[in-house]
Amino acid sequence: MSADIISLIVKATGQTLYMVAVAGLIGSLFGIPLGVFLATSGRGELFPAPSVNKVLGAIVNATRSTPFIILVVAIIPFTRLIAGTSIGTSAAIVPLTIATIPFVARLVETAIREVDPGLIEAARAMGASPIQIVFKVLLAEARPGIASALTLTIVSLIGYSAMVGAVGGGGLGDLGIRYGYQRFMPDVMAVVVVVLIVLVQFIQSAGDRLARQFDKRARPR
Amino acid sequence: MNMAIVKNRARSPIAVAANDEPATLATVQPMVAFEQVSKRFAAGRSSAEVVALDNIDLVVPRGSVTGIIGRSGAGKSTLIRLVNGLEKPSSGRVLVDGIDVAGLDEKSLRAVRRSIGMIFQHFNLLSSRTAFDNVALPLEISGTDKRSIEQRVSPLLDLVGLSDKRDRYPSELSGGQKQRIGIARALATEPKLLLSDEATSALDPETTRSILDLLRKINKELGLTVLLITHEMEVVKSIADHVAVIDGGRIVEQGPTFDVFTGHAHETTRALLGGLAGMHLPEFLTSRMSKEPQAGSRTILRVIFKGENATEPMLARLGSDLGIEVNILAGAVDEIAGRPFGMLVVSLRADDAKIVQAQHFLASHGLASEVVGYVR
Repeated sequence: MSADIISLIVKATGQTLYMVAVAGLIGSLFGIPLGVFLATSGRGELFPAPSVNKVLGAIVNATRSTPFIILVVAIIPFTRLIAGTSIGTSAAIVPLTIATIPFVARLVETAIREVDPGLIEAARAMGASPIQIVFKVLLAEARPGIASALTLTIVSLIGYSAMVGAVGGGGLGDLGIRYGYQRFMPDVMAVVVVVLIVLVQFIQSAGDRLARQFDKRARPR
Repeated sequence: MNMAIVKNRARSPIAVAANDEPATLATVQPMVAFEQVSKRFAAGRSSAEVVALDNIDLVVPRGSVTGIIGRSGAGKSTLIRLVNGLEKPSSGRVLVDGIDVAGLDEKSLRAVRRSIGMIFQHFNLLSSRTAFDNVALPLEISGTDKRSIEQRVSPLLDLVGLSDKRDRYPSELSGGQKQRIGIARALATEPKLLLSDEATSALDPETTRSILDLLRKINKELGLTVLLITHEMEVVKSIADHVAVIDGGRIVEQGPTFDVFTGHAHETTRALLGGLAGMHLPEFLTSRMSKEPQAGSRTILRVIFKGENATEPMLARLGSDLGIEVNILAGAVDEIAGRPFGMLVVSLRADDAKIVQAQHFLASHGLASEVVGYVR
C-alpha cells in the first residue's frame, strides 16, 4: 500500500475521530439534561410538566425516526446557519449532533428511570430539593447506565459518520466508499473496516470498564 | 409454669415507665397529632375515589415509641408519609411538634423534613455511595460543611456499631448492616422524630431483634420519639409503648401497648394477635373439645394473667382452698412492652357451680378467665 493511501487513511481516521468527538460532546451536553428532563417531568414527578414532556418526547421520536441520511440533507439550511457552510467535516458535525441529542436523551432517560424510586423518596424525606435529587441521587446512581449510554452513542456515531461523506464530511466511511468501492481498491476497504473495528472495540471496552467502575451494585466477585 | 420469671419481669423498670406515661401525656404537647385526617386517592377516570384513611385521630406522645400495626393495605404507609409531607391529606391536620405540615408549601416542608428522620423497609441506600457517604448525604443536602460532616458521621457510625464499614458500599453489607446505616443516616441531622416504615420487615428474626434494640436504645438515650409502622406483632410487642391498630383506613384501637394487646377487644387486634402466647389452642385439645358440657366432662378454662397480677400461685390455691383439681394443658408467657403477659389453658374437674366459684376466685385476684369448652 502506497504512502499516499496510508496518509489518506490516517487523515480519514482523524476526521472520523474529530466528528465523533465534537458531535458526541455537544450532543451529550444537550442530550443528558434533556434525558433527565424527560425522566423527571411526567405527572407527579420531580418537575411535573406533562405537556412539555409530551411535546419534547414527540420531537425526540420524530428526530430518531428520520433516517440519518435524510436528516443530513433535510437540515442543510440549519447547518449553513450554524457552520457557515453545508459542506465539509465541520459542517457535518451539525447533523451528527442533531441526531445525537435525542439518541442520548432517550438512553439517559432510561438510565434515570432505572434508579430505584425509593431513593427519590428517601432523599425527599431528608429535605432534598428537586435539583439536589437530580445531582446527588439520580445522576449519581445512574452513572453506570449513563456511561453505557454514552458508549453506545459514540459507537453509533462512528456508524453515522460514515454517511456524511454525502455532504463532503470525509472520514473513514467516505474513504471506504470512494476508494474501496468506487475505485475498486479492496485493500483500502479492508483497512478501513479493520480500523473501524479496532476503534469500536476500543471504545466499547473503555466504556464498559468505566461503567463497571461506576457500578457499586452487587456483582459476583 | 414458672411464675418466678413472671414475678421478676413485673418489677422491671420498663414496666414502671409504661405506668408513668399517662401522667406526662396530658401535660406535654404530643410530637405528632393527627386531627380528623382523611386521605382519598383518585382511583381512575370514571370510578369512585378510594378512601385510604378515614377520619384518623391519633397522638404520638413525645419521647414514646409508638407503633401503628395493621395488615397490608390498611393505610399505614400513607399514614406515616403524612407526617413528613410525602403525602398530603385530603382533609384534616397533621401536627408535628405543633406545626401543621399539611398546610406547608414545599420549601418550608423541606426544613421540617430535616428535623424528621426516616428509615425504610428496603433501606433505600445509594448504591453509588459508601456507608460513610450515605450517612453524610442528609448533611450535604442541608449544606453542612465538610469538616462538620466528618465530625458528625463518625460518631454515628460508632453508635450503630459500623465504624469498620465506613468505606464499604451497600452491596458489601448485610441487610442488618444496611438498616444500621439507614438509621445512622436518619439520625444525621439530629432529628426529634424518627419514622420507621416497616424497617425490619425484610430482615430475619435475629437481625430484627438487634435493629429493634438499637431503636430502643436511640429512643432512650437520645430521647428521640419513634413512630413506626409494621405488620409484625413482634415489633410492636417488643418496643412500642403505645400502639394504634389500623384497619381499612381507620384506627380501630389505640393506647398503651400492654392494655391494647391484653384487652384485645377489636377483632382486627385479635386477628393480629394470633401469634401471641396461648391465643391458639393446641390441636390435641381442639380436636376433642365440645361446646357443651357432657356427663363426666372436664371444663377447659383459659386463665389470663397480666403483669403484676401473676405473682401468687393462684392455681395451687384453687386446689387447696376450693378443692378443685387443676390440670395444666397448655400455656405461654410473653412480654409486651416489657411487662409479662401469660395465658394458661387448664382443665378443671368440677361442676358448673364450682367453676363459677373458681372464676370468681381468680377474678378477685385480678386474673381474667374464660370457659373455652369441654372435654371428656
